[in-house]
Parts: sequence; C-alpha cells; structure tokens
Amino acid sequence: MTKKQKIMLVRILIAALLLVGLNFVPAEGWLRFVLYLIPYLVIGYDILLKAFKGIRNGQVFDECFLMAVATIGAIALALYERSGDYTEAIAVMLFYQIGEWFQSYAVGKSRRNISELMDIRPDYANIEKDGKLEKVDPYDVEIGSTIVVQPGEKVPLDGIIVEGTSTLNTSALTGESLPKDAEAGDEIISGCINMTGVLKVRTTKEFGESTVSKILDLVENASSRKSRSEDFISRFARVYTPGVCYAALALAFLPPLVRMLFMGLPADWGTWIYRALTFLVISCPCALVISIPLSFFAGIGGAGNAGVLVKGSNYLETLSRTKTVVFDKTGTLTKGVFEVNAIHHNSMEEEKLLEYAALAESASSHPISRSLQNAYGKAIDRSRVENIQEISGNGVTARVDGVEVAAGNDKLMERLGIPYQNCHLAGTIIHMAIDGAYAGHIVISDIVKPHAREAVQTLKKAGVTKTVMLTGDAAKVADKVAAELGIDMVYSELLPADKVKKVEELLKEKPEKSALAFVGDGINDAPVLGRADIGIAMGAMGSDAAIEAADVVLMDDDPMKIAKAIRISRKCLRIVYQNIVFAIGIKLICLLLGAVGIANMWLAIFADVGVMILAVLNAIRALFIKKL
Amino acid sequence: MKRSYKIEVDCANCANKMEAAAKKTPGVKDAVVNFMLLKMNVEFEDGQNPKEVMQEVLKNCKKVEADCEIFL
Repeated sequence: MTKKQKIMLVRILIAALLLVGLNFVPAEGWLRFVLYLIPYLVIGYDILLKAFKGIRNGQVFDECFLMAVATIGAIALALYERSGDYTEAIAVMLFYQIGEWFQSYAVGKSRRNISELMDIRPDYANIEKDGKLEKVDPYDVEIGSTIVVQPGEKVPLDGIIVEGTSTLNTSALTGESLPKDAEAGDEIISGCINMTGVLKVRTTKEFGESTVSKILDLVENASSRKSRSEDFISRFARVYTPGVCYAALALAFLPPLVRMLFMGLPADWGTWIYRALTFLVISCPCALVISIPLSFFAGIGGAGNAGVLVKGSNYLETLSRTKTVVFDKTGTLTKGVFEVNAIHHNSMEEEKLLEYAALAESASSHPISRSLQNAYGKAIDRSRVENIQEISGNGVTARVDGVEVAAGNDKLMERLGIPYQNCHLAGTIIHMAIDGAYAGHIVISDIVKPHAREAVQTLKKAGVTKTVMLTGDAAKVADKVAAELGIDMVYSELLPADKVKKVEELLKEKPEKSALAFVGDGINDAPVLGRADIGIAMGAMGSDAAIEAADVVLMDDDPMKIAKAIRISRKCLRIVYQNIVFAIGIKLICLLLGAVGIANMWLAIFADVGVMILAVLNAIRALFIKKL
Repeated sequence: MKRSYKIEVDCANCANKMEAAAKKTPGVKDAVVNFMLLKMNVEFEDGQNPKEVMQEVLKNCKKVEADCEIFL
C-alpha cells in the first residue's frame, strides 16, 4: 500500500464508524444535519474540492463533479423534505471511495505482479579490476569488455563466453524451465540466470542493444499500441458521461413540467430529482475505462512470462481471430539442422562408412559436410586424409588411410562410372564408393522438431481451420514433412519473393474477419512477417531481426508456443468482451430501473463500484495462463 | 523527437484526459499515456524544446486533472 492508499483507508474506516455510530444518536433538526456533515466531509472533502477545481478549469463532466452533485443533491433533498435521511448521500460517497481505493490497490498490485513476471533487468555488471570484482552499471560497459558472471547472477549483457562452464536458466526469457548448458565459445544472452559456475564473458553489445533491453522495451511499450476494444471504450466514455448527465438533467425537469402543465398532476419534484441523482451516480465510466486496458495489460504480462512477447494490445486482438496459420518450413517446423537420417545398402559397417565420409569431406565447411562430421562424432585427424579433390556440384574424392574414397551425388557416381542405388527417402543422398566399388549411401535430411506434429494438432484444437506450409525446398521433401505433420496445404520450391505472393493470395482467400498468421524463424522472412495480418517469429532469443520484424515473438523455438499464444489471446479477448458487455449491460439496466424509479441510490452505487470491482477482478484473470 | 516521462495519476479515465490535454498542447506532435505503466510518451514537433513544451503539458494536464503529476 502506498501512503495515499493508507490515508484513504483510514478515512474510509473513520467515516464508516461515524456513520454506524450516528444511527444511535437521537439528534433532530439542524443538529442532526451538522452531525452527519462530519462523516460526509471526512470521506468526501477531496472529491468536493476536485469538483470545484474542475468547474473552475472548464472541465465540468468528470466523476468528481458527478459524485459531488449527486451527494449534495441527496442531502439537499433530505433537508427539503425534512426526512433527515442523510445516510444515503454519505453511503454513496463512502462506497465510491471504497471503489476507488480498491481500484488503485488492485491496479498497483497487478502492476507489481506483471513487473515481477518480467523481472529480467540486471542491476549491475561485474568487471574485474586488479584482481578484484567491481560492480558497475551495465550501461557503462563498453563492447569488448570482459565481465564476470557469478552463480545466481543475471547475465547483464550479450556476449561470448571466454572462460568457464555453467548451466543457464533461461526461463525468464523463454518460459522453458529446462536449464541450458554453456561453455567457453558459446554465445550468451543477457537476461539468463547463471546457475552453477563462474563465467567470464566478452561483451558483444552495449546494454541498450542487448537482448534484455530490447525485450523490456518491447514489453513496456506493448500496451501503448491500443487495440480496437480500447479505442472503442475511450470513445464510448467520452460520449457516455456527458450523455448521462444531460439525460439526468432532462429526467429532473421534463417529467415534473409535463405533469404540471399537461396532466394537471402535482409536479413531484423530489421524486424526479432523486431519480436524476441516481442517474448521475450510475454514470461514472470508470469500470469500463479501467478494466479493458487492465485485461490487455495482464494478458500481455502473462504471455511474456510464458516466453511469448506480444508487441501490442492490437496484436493480441488480431491473434485471437487467427484461423489460418502459414508456416515456414525450415527452422520453424524442422530444426533447420541437417542430420544423418539413414544409411542404406552399405557394404561395410555404418560407422566405418560414416568415418570415411566424414574424413573425405573434412576440408569442406558446407552444412552437409558438417552434418557428416557431427554424425561421426569423433575428432577428425586430417593427417589420415590426402589428395582431396572437390568436384563442384558433384562431391569429393580423397585418399583416406590409403583407400580411394568418393562421396557425392548421383552425378559423381555417373562421372566415375560406378553403378549406384537410388533411395526412396526424401533428403540429400550421399553415395559412397570405396576403391571404385559402390559402398552404399547416406541420407541426410532436415529433422522435424519433436513437438511439431503435436503443435499442428493443438492449433486445430484451438480453432485454426487451415494450416499451410511454405518452403523453398524440393516438393518431395516438403510433401513428406507436411504429411508427417498433418498440414493441410503445401507450397514448395518457392523463392523468398514467391512466399510474399503466396501469403497475399492466402490473405485474399481467408474467411472474412479472420486473421492470417505467418510463423517464421525471422531470419529471412521479414517481408512475409510484415505482410501477414500477424507475424510470429520463433526462436528469437538473440535474433534482433526477428524482434524487429514480427508482431509476436516466441522466445524459444518450440512450435507448441504458437497454439499457446493463440489461446492466451483468446482468453484475454474473452475477458475483454465479458467486461464490456457486463459493465455496459449492468449500467444500462440500472439506468433504466433508475429512470422508472425502481432503482434507488444503493443499487446505483453497486452499478458503479460493484461492477468496477468485479470487472477488475475479472481482468486480472488474464494474467493466469499456466493451464492454457 | 520522442521522450518518455513517468507520471502519477489515480484513475484510468483521468489518464485518458491527460492524454487528450497533452495532445492539444502546442509543440506536441503526439502523446500516449499508459496508465498501467504510469508513463507518458511524448513526441515533439521539430525544433521544439522538450523542457519548455513539457511545462505547458503539465499545466494543461493539471487543468483537466488536478491530482496528476508528471516527473520532468
């Protein structure tokens, strides 16, 4: 609680106690009025002051004015009618203040909650000076400096590990609870928590450019991009409050005049003014104005905690309407790392064949050669290899341990005049020949991510009607991956420009009012990410390009997060609509009941304060996304 | 030029009013008030001195919402 909130709480308690106590005081007439004035002023003096200032500054229609007029009106009415019933006016003011207090408390609490969720800002960096560690502001660390990160500390800046091994907790960034191993030579990203060992890191970025700053900047500015619901509400509030005030004015004067002049009945001013005052109490737009942005804020905060960064409320809104999801293949559904998948028709042990292949390809840095070396898994002794000849577009020949090894595609085999076996698998085929005889082939292909199939299915369950895959890869490979994952449509052999065209076609085809999301790894998809209704970049940890280009950023590269992001957005928007309908609905009903005289001021104060409290509580629900 | 300022304001509607008042201040190109973060992002027109403009913004905001504060 802040100081302001504490003072308010004391005022509320004093006023409430006085109000209850005064019920037992048998005072009459003016004495009664003066006695009741004490709790009224205790609870409402600031409102009266603000209302007065508002009028002086030409800002008449604010809620303080409404409350002041309604309560003063009610007291005046009690004086005029000699009923001595001042309780109602004081209670209205009291409940109004309770509502305000609660709102301020709840908003402050969720503000703290959300900033705790995104608590990744490092406070300091350790720099070694004369053998001692010195804590400095991360802003002051220059590129290329060496910083020391001790166990339990946050990594303050992006860099490369120069010394030490450790495990890193990336959960604040990615929502992934599994720790990640790190050793010298690895890149390290700011915002991770170093868990076990001391690391020396050479920084590669300034603090302002570091991942952690980018993410914080993004999250903090997210709720500045307002959604249509928020715009609707602020426009509604602007019309609504003056509207209700004029309606109250009309309610106070028109019916009595009509009764007097045309119907020959007594004017009954008291009743109608009371009803008009009830109107004023109901009219405060606060429930609406607070609960909608609060819902979005909580939704964005909750998503951030799960490793899903949404750049604005508007994107959360679009995301919830997603019916078509277009994937890029490589890096999104597949790992984008080529791996040895199978070895066929081999005349020798698989391991031996792989060893020959890795050694023959040892001079090349092509991804395929690298995947062969990875599959071999042992250190390569270059001295065993001689006479390496690379035949561009075909493969390599080399002498390994004194035997002639040829590794390459079918063209190489044809060139050497060696009969070979074709493969039924999709992927890149490396035929091997040892001493001029065919020795089998190695199949290298991109590996589908472990959760990819599940991810596509959960998307369907989350209400996505169409899944599409775009790839520059060969049709055979693409069709196989799509069939394996259960994707509806595949477009293969596309150049980057073709992808934009395809997405544009799909945008035309999609059902009205639904949205199309494009999911890519953000490295070469920037134009497509921009063109889709909503661009989702995956595996963005450390990739600035992805953070810039996309509307929604998934910090790790788990495709399951796509469905999660959609479900979070749906939940948030559901809450937003509930709040809009609930708050406007209750207010309109109470206005109606007030106009015909069924609702009294007690109901009116519920319509104002009660609705607001319920709407705020509902909004905070958007923060909880664990079970989604 | 864009600057971000910390603000203090009690209710969401008041924050909306501050935003409107800031937008109307001469020298301000655009202003966005974020009630949840208690921040005001102001974009100034070219050649304006943010310090002077912000004094005016504060004055205008005080007019619409007496209880608000902008930390300049």
